[in-house]
Amino acid sequence: MDFDVQTWVKMASYIGAGFCIGLGAIGAALGEGYTAGLANQGISENPSRSGDIIKNMLVGQAVAESAGIFALVVAILLIFIKFPMVTTLKAAALLGAGLSMGAGAIGSGIGSGYPGGGACLGISRQPLLSGRMTTNMLIGSAVCQTPAIFSLVIAMMLLFLDFGKGAVSPTWAALLGGGICMGFGAVGSGIGSGYPGGEACLGMAKQPAVSGRLTTNMLIGSAVCQTPAIFSMVVALMLLFLNFSNAPASPTWAALLGAGIATGVAAIGSGMGGGMAAGASCEGIARNPETFGQVTTTMLVGQAVAQTPSILGLLVSFILIFKAFPETVTLAAPMALLGAGICTGFGGIGPGIGNGMTAEGAVTWVARNVESTGVLMRTMLVGQAVSQSTAIYAMVISLVLIFVV
Amino acid sequence: MAIEGVDLMKAAAFIGAGLAMGFGAIGPGVGEGYAAGKACEAIGRNPEEAGLLTRTMLVGQAVSESTGIYSLVIALLLLFVV
Repeated sequence: MDFDVQTWVKMASYIGAGFCIGLGAIGAALGEGYTAGLANQGISENPSRSGDIIKNMLVGQAVAESAGIFALVVAILLIFIKFPMVTTLKAAALLGAGLSMGAGAIGSGIGSGYPGGGACLGISRQPLLSGRMTTNMLIGSAVCQTPAIFSLVIAMMLLFLDFGKGAVSPTWAALLGGGICMGFGAVGSGIGSGYPGGEACLGMAKQPAVSGRLTTNMLIGSAVCQTPAIFSMVVALMLLFLNFSNAPASPTWAALLGAGIATGVAAIGSGMGGGMAAGASCEGIARNPETFGQVTTTMLVGQAVAQTPSILGLLVSFILIFKAFPETVTLAAPMALLGAGICTGFGGIGPGIGNGMTAEGAVTWVARNVESTGVLMRTMLVGQAVSQSTAIYAMVISLVLIFVV
Repeated sequence: MAIEGVDLMKAAAFIGAGLAMGFGAIGPGVGEGYAAGKACEAIGRNPEEAGLLTRTMLVGQAVSESTGIYSLVIALLLLFVV
């Protein structure tokens, strides 16, 4: 069976469109459902403000929808656009574009549901502050959209840039890997940066006097959550724009695909973990505003440690991208490199989330018992170090796969 | 490109090692983090017992680590023994 290039490109764009809107529909729906759930809770607590709450819910849901709409637009482009020159490389780029935007919309959709829900419940408890809460919700959800916008940028590049008529292998793996990297790398940051937004809105209902501080702390916390998405963006851009056409096709293709998986998937855990710490700090500041300094410091230390798995992912990706691998005809050599990427990538998810849970516990209790900040910080760091161990095992196995076998 | 049986087996062992350690690392990471988070909570409630609580946390985490070590052992077996 021989197919012409046109057929391959069409196949890739249809499958990419399916992934794009299929994955992209997950997040927005979950986030909006969460917002609606808390809006119902708020109305049941305070039925007299139902008008304000419903208005706020609809505004919040509209923001959460945007990631889903990005995915819809990319899927429609994939189906209908006529590409002036079709090459087999374009097929890989289109599949990558679908994965980048589809997976990239999951996190932002889920994450921007939290500020929406928090604001709805907050308005029912503190109706006089409804304007302030809606503003805070909009700022919080806008930050949550950042990873989806990164994904949109990478998807648009993959759709519209001309990748030339050069050799297909190994460049196809770079384009597909870039899409996977940005798509999955956006999940954790999107979800994580929603937590502080939700807690900040609820905190305003509890302590209207410290609204300003809560917004500041929310922004610091959610900005740190973006780090893993930015790492993924860097690796995706490298995979798109470095020239790999002189490298031997095998095993370089596996190294490039592995590089995309390592940073992209490891970013899921770190993004979510950083968000847990930030959410707890907003809650803590609202409970006990005088502890602002200690709470923010503990949050930042906890978040920094939670970034470790994504930094290990970045390290393995750089090795896979920049190390020159000798040409091989065996299957074992490329599979070792692909295995290295999968190992560090998936190995980073658990430790990232676990570090976030530890930091959440420590930050929560620094706010309640500020005299014990020292012992809490110490315990947090010991606990995080132990929870980090499996990410380090995964990195060791990856390095063995790259350098030893 | 002729792929021999030995090569195919090695390729499968390498991918298997990556999958084993990669997915095996998820659970212990989350579990140990949860234990440490709860330990911080308990120390916050009752700072005088910090020593005992840290010890309990470490023992609990060591048990939770076991499946991660199983994954590591299997990954090393796949890499160097089979």
